[in-house]
Amino acid sequence: MDSLRQIFFQECEEQLAELESGLLEIQSGGADDPEIVNAVFRAVHSIKGGAGAFALEDLVRFAHVFETVLDEVRKGRLTTSSNVIETLLRSADVLSDLVRVARDGGTVDDGRIRTCSDELAALSGVPAPAGGAEEADEGFDDIGFTPVTVALPVFDDLDISAEPEGGTEYTIEFKPYPSLYSNANEPVVLLRELSRLGEVTATCDTSAVPNLEEIDPEGSYLSWTIQLKTEQAEDEVRSIFEFVDGDCELTISDASGSTASAEPVDDEIEALLARVRGEVEEAPDAIREDNNADAAFGSFGSSNAVMGQLEAVEAMQAEQPKPTAPAPQAAANNLVPPPAAEKPGSPQPEPAKPPAPAKNEKGATSEAAQTIRVDLDRVDRLMNLVGELVINQAMLSQRLSEAGLSRSSEFATGLDEFEQLTRDIQEGVMAIRAQPVKSVFQRMPRLVREVAAATNKKVRLVTEGEGTEVDKTVIERLADPLTHMIRNAIDHGLEKPEVRVANGKREEGLVRLSATHRSGRIVIDIADDGAGINRARVRAIAEEKGLIQPSAQLTDEEVDNLIFLPGFSTASTISDISGRGVGMDVVKRSIQALGGRVSISSRPGEGSTFTLSLPLTLAVLYGMVVTVADQTLVVPLTSIIETLKPKPDDVHGFGGDSRVIGLRNNFVPLVDVGRELGFRSQAADPGAGVALLVESDGGGHSALLVDAIQGQRQVVIKSLEANYGRVPGIAAATILGDGRVALILDVDAVVAGARIGNLGQEAVLAMAG
Amino acid sequence: MSKTILTVDDSRTMREMLLLALQEAGFHVLQAEDGLKGLEVLQDQRADVIITDINMPHLDGFGFIEHVRRDSTHRAVPILVLTTESDAEKKNRARSAGATGWIVKPFHPVKLVDAIRRVSA
Repeated sequence: MDSLRQIFFQECEEQLAELESGLLEIQSGGADDPEIVNAVFRAVHSIKGGAGAFALEDLVRFAHVFETVLDEVRKGRLTTSSNVIETLLRSADVLSDLVRVARDGGTVDDGRIRTCSDELAALSGVPAPAGGAEEADEGFDDIGFTPVTVALPVFDDLDISAEPEGGTEYTIEFKPYPSLYSNANEPVVLLRELSRLGEVTATCDTSAVPNLEEIDPEGSYLSWTIQLKTEQAEDEVRSIFEFVDGDCELTISDASGSTASAEPVDDEIEALLARVRGEVEEAPDAIREDNNADAAFGSFGSSNAVMGQLEAVEAMQAEQPKPTAPAPQAAANNLVPPPAAEKPGSPQPEPAKPPAPAKNEKGATSEAAQTIRVDLDRVDRLMNLVGELVINQAMLSQRLSEAGLSRSSEFATGLDEFEQLTRDIQEGVMAIRAQPVKSVFQRMPRLVREVAAATNKKVRLVTEGEGTEVDKTVIERLADPLTHMIRNAIDHGLEKPEVRVANGKREEGLVRLSATHRSGRIVIDIADDGAGINRARVRAIAEEKGLIQPSAQLTDEEVDNLIFLPGFSTASTISDISGRGVGMDVVKRSIQALGGRVSISSRPGEGSTFTLSLPLTLAVLYGMVVTVADQTLVVPLTSIIETLKPKPDDVHGFGGDSRVIGLRNNFVPLVDVGRELGFRSQAADPGAGVALLVESDGGGHSALLVDAIQGQRQVVIKSLEANYGRVPGIAAATILGDGRVALILDVDAVVAGARIGNLGQEAVLAMAG
Repeated sequence: MSKTILTVDDSRTMREMLLLALQEAGFHVLQAEDGLKGLEVLQDQRADVIITDINMPHLDGFGFIEHVRRDSTHRAVPILVLTTESDAEKKNRARSAGATGWIVKPFHPVKLVDAIRRVSA
């Protein structure tokens, strides 16, 4: 049952996602597409169905009210105005919360559910159930049949030999209509079921069977009078005929003479009877067209009720038994005329052949073929092995070139193919881990609704590129930064509706969330059409908090980047939306931890765009291989802006050991990587080395001084923490083509380490004035 | 000889539930996730009883039943529809389409087996 629950909740997640995306599509004009509306309805219906099985009553109750409204939409009786859609979206949120509570425990705000239920009820015109019973049986009386409500025990447990003692004797008149046969109901089954209730004596009336040539293959000619002696109440007897209610004439009366006229012979039945008579009259023509009796039988053989009836009648005539027989044994011996004991079309009542297991699997795998669930560990293991393969291949290439073989030799071409294949395999494995960003994006509409409601703003969220794929780990770690940035965009970026209108903008603010692949990375934009960054204010705050000197001259871009500094928060009061003690510095750090970058572009009055650029995978990295004090290090290419050859004149001592390098009218701190990592104690000669201009934490620039650049390459990341231990300034390790282990530099840590004891970036900025 | 039951439902939860209950009762189970898939299964396999949901993508329960009833090989197979109590109108439509009986969701395994027994010889 636990695994069933798990399946149910997984499915709920899928249905909730389907529901939300469907509603959003309807909102953006998809209301005319019946398939979308149907899918939305089905999602709620499915959740309700499963919830019922797990007795999750709150969920069932709410889903029912929700479903009722969606049904109205589906039937075109309710138009999806923006108000309606908003209610539906809110309801989807409530439903999602109810699912979560059902799964994880906790509570949902009853008032919210109540309000939402009432709104839904108002839309559908059906009052919301007050709780308790799921739904009334309203509307059942007029349809003529009721659901199975009797708790019949499993039939094996039922003691059918029990002699009814002083039970009631019922007389049942039963005349099937053709529809009973065409819906695959069978009198013999009904008689068998009756025999379980007590002692049955059945008489078959064959008088209505016409001559062969007049028989309608789809007709119904037999009727039964059944005497049933049972202790069971009449309802139990009647329930046997539940499925054929309306497909037969049925009268049940007990010995006392009180007749419960089962079927008030209403117009409908009259009409049906007339139809049946009509068909019986028409039938002979159809058959006469075919003078060949065999051919006529052939057409019966395809499937019809009469076939069975005929055989039953013939059997009776041949054996000459009275048409009356005690039923329990009769049923067992097939003596009771079984009008359709043999299924038309399948002569043997037994299943025609044993189900072939191979074919059965087909049914199960047809679905499984589309997706398989694989333990992430296995994929990671494979990923790791492919990493080894890449390294091995690089080593082979290197050996080969060291051996002096020409590029055109067979070895070399073979190795080229090997390299290509290795890359393909690597990409293939990475693709297994890749998932569309949709799973994160689809959480955002709800967030937007909530933030918009809390800030009294009107917001439209547009998402693009949801199918863009990126490594699963990246996706998982994207959710928090994105959530925060979207909150910020609405809370700080967008203006209040009245302000927007006053500025000639649409009342409704726009937040655009988009993802694309660009040069081997995924780029995510969070754009708003709000007021843009208020630079004067940002600057004032930064000065007030001591982040910059009042005299510092900053470009617009530098001012914008101040918001990423730790300790910066533009909200004068911490609203409960964007506040929560998390600043943009945390966002930036978490993106950088993924090997990504954040940048801003903002235009006053037009809005701001935050751009995240992230690697597609965390397993491989493009790096610059450099030499520092005879050690080989790898610097992630993503953090390098440019490389430069410093001239001794450009480097200035700056108190203690600190040095800065002059760069296009600006000064940036020069970080001696060899010293920072403790590879050497003496400062390196800048003139003899190479400087890598890097962007680090907080958007500041630094120049990393290294001895030489060996080249650029893709390296497979090996966790140092997992294999060795944490080393300050080092992010991870890799194995190079020649088999040497190289350390991957943690740029931020090295720069931060160098800053300690320095005046730091702020001082540099101040000095730059 | 155990009977073969084809279950047609787009909800994985419901399919699994039916599978558990039916296997427990000794039936052989075939599965399909919508009406179209159900017809595909019936192209090369036989079922003694079919249990189908109504609301499904691609081909819903009504359409599925109508197709089965027009198929000379399978037209006499009893078909039970899965309904909820509120689906009264659907139940009627299903019967017009050719459904033999119905099972009210949420079902108790005993009721499920009971309903199957009541339509199969």
